[in-house]
Amino acid sequence: MSERVLVIMEQRAGEWNRMSFETLAAGQKLGAELGYAVTAAIPGRGVAALEGELAATKLDRVYVVEHELLGDYTADGYAAALEQLVRKAEPSFVLFPHTYQVRDLAPKLATRFNQALISDVIGMRNENGPVFVRQLFQGKLNADVRPGGPAPYFISIQAGAFHAETVEAGTSRVEVFIPKLEASSIRQKPEAPFRESSGAVDLTAAEIIVSVGRGIKEKDNIPIVEELAKALGGELAATRPVCDSGWLPIERQVGSSGQTVAPKVYIAVGISGAIQHLLGMKGSKIIVAINKDANAPIFEVADYGIVGDLFEVVPAMVEEVKSSVVLQR
Amino acid sequence: MKIIVSIKEVPLRDSQLRIAADGRWIEDGDLGYEMNEPDAYALEEALQLKEKHGGEVIAWCAGPAGAARTIREALAKGADRALHIEDEQISSWGTLGLAQLLAKAVAPEKPDLILTGLQSDDLGYGQTGVVLAEILGLPHATIVMAAEVVDGKIRVKRELESGWFQNIQMPLPAVLTIQSGINKLRYATLMGIKKAKTKELKRLVAGDLGVSASPTAAIERVYLPRKSKQTQIIEGSAREAAAKLVEKLRFEVRVI
Repeated sequence: MSERVLVIMEQRAGEWNRMSFETLAAGQKLGAELGYAVTAAIPGRGVAALEGELAATKLDRVYVVEHELLGDYTADGYAAALEQLVRKAEPSFVLFPHTYQVRDLAPKLATRFNQALISDVIGMRNENGPVFVRQLFQGKLNADVRPGGPAPYFISIQAGAFHAETVEAGTSRVEVFIPKLEASSIRQKPEAPFRESSGAVDLTAAEIIVSVGRGIKEKDNIPIVEELAKALGGELAATRPVCDSGWLPIERQVGSSGQTVAPKVYIAVGISGAIQHLLGMKGSKIIVAINKDANAPIFEVADYGIVGDLFEVVPAMVEEVKSSVVLQR
Repeated sequence: MKIIVSIKEVPLRDSQLRIAADGRWIEDGDLGYEMNEPDAYALEEALQLKEKHGGEVIAWCAGPAGAARTIREALAKGADRALHIEDEQISSWGTLGLAQLLAKAVAPEKPDLILTGLQSDDLGYGQTGVVLAEILGLPHATIVMAAEVVDGKIRVKRELESGWFQNIQMPLPAVLTIQSGINKLRYATLMGIKKAKTKELKRLVAGDLGVSASPTAAIERVYLPRKSKQTQIIEGSAREAAAKLVEKLRFEVRVI
């Protein structure tokens, strides 16, 4: 393997997954740090239209990995194509955006090179070679992870960790790479993607959101936070585990698998702050966190915090809000 | 249908984590443990598939001797028998080594389906199932929100980003990684807990399985995340803090 970084870009039906460009920024940064050439690849069918945007970035080479059988994503098809590309391009580091597709694909590919994916990376540093920072225990701790064993090393980059605007412009050579694929060796038969009826709740329009996490303990306690949302004239939202448990409908879920919101105020009640939730709300102008655990990751993004028992704090807030509203009148 | 479901034991969700003296992991001696939540959903899915199609559910866990608690819980919920790959330092095997251990242990069982949780709540690499599928040469699907067996094949609903889904069909045997919320978890009944004591729990010693794990990534240091924002922590009793916060929302943030 040689001194190269390869960034695998993601597209679906000719549309970029924009996280790819954050990963490209990470790839350029890693390349500059190590003095390695940086290359990128777009796997798909009929993706030549996308190559222009990449050819205008500072890259050693862009591989257009083109094949009839790469039209719909399949783990078998994409792993076979990218295995062939990695064997040809011989990178030391292969970077992916940490998307749902990559979670399906990259561990399979890494295994073929006797490696494990260093997934969900939020930062990196050069300390006699790169160390990659990732979260443990749902964001409560960070860990420095150093790649080991023979290259190539496989890394996936979390959304928002690097900035697409920092991708360096320049020029790049484009090379078409046609992998050898057999329809008979692709075992997954995908159907067309679909959306479930998105309910009537549009949280993105709300100026105030009161959001509730597992700290609420049970469904019967939901009215406690609902009261606060009502008193403030805001919308009620929730984390995934709360919706999974059926305590609130999935239409009220905020996070990477739910809605992405950016209200004026986001009040996180009993929410620890797993990365999947933070991705859906960290753009909020003001974040308030109420949690009994002072070390909960939600406090890392909060502007105001109360370390305390939500069952005492929230009813007291409701009373305060109601009395202050009365005073104004 | 023979279904194997892979279960991991992780520290209790509300554990106060302290970093170990060597800075490379947490102090885990005095922690309480529970079944990794996504794995609990995988177990439930396995039990529901068995109820529909008949067969057997085998729970299977790699971990220290203490993990037997969690394995018993799986048996109490309805798994028919269990395999425990024992190692006090199971994490030293790394993802690849662990998947190789699991592959060795599972191959003689010739299952129709292997289920795992999407990811673990401690390390969160989210790849054991996919790596296992690759080692066993089986097809896989991840982030599964529904699974049905049709004509000897499995059709699954995969979750994609931002509210999109996709159905995918694969031949059996296959490996699925299960998303939390796919089903409603059951509790173990008293009868189940009683029965669990008589069910087979087979112990295998990791070191005896003939796997030599090649080194991959290793954790060098564990530490508290650096705050990205200056947080104003509002002190006082619940009532005082609530009053101060509402005042700030009125006069600093101006939303009330």
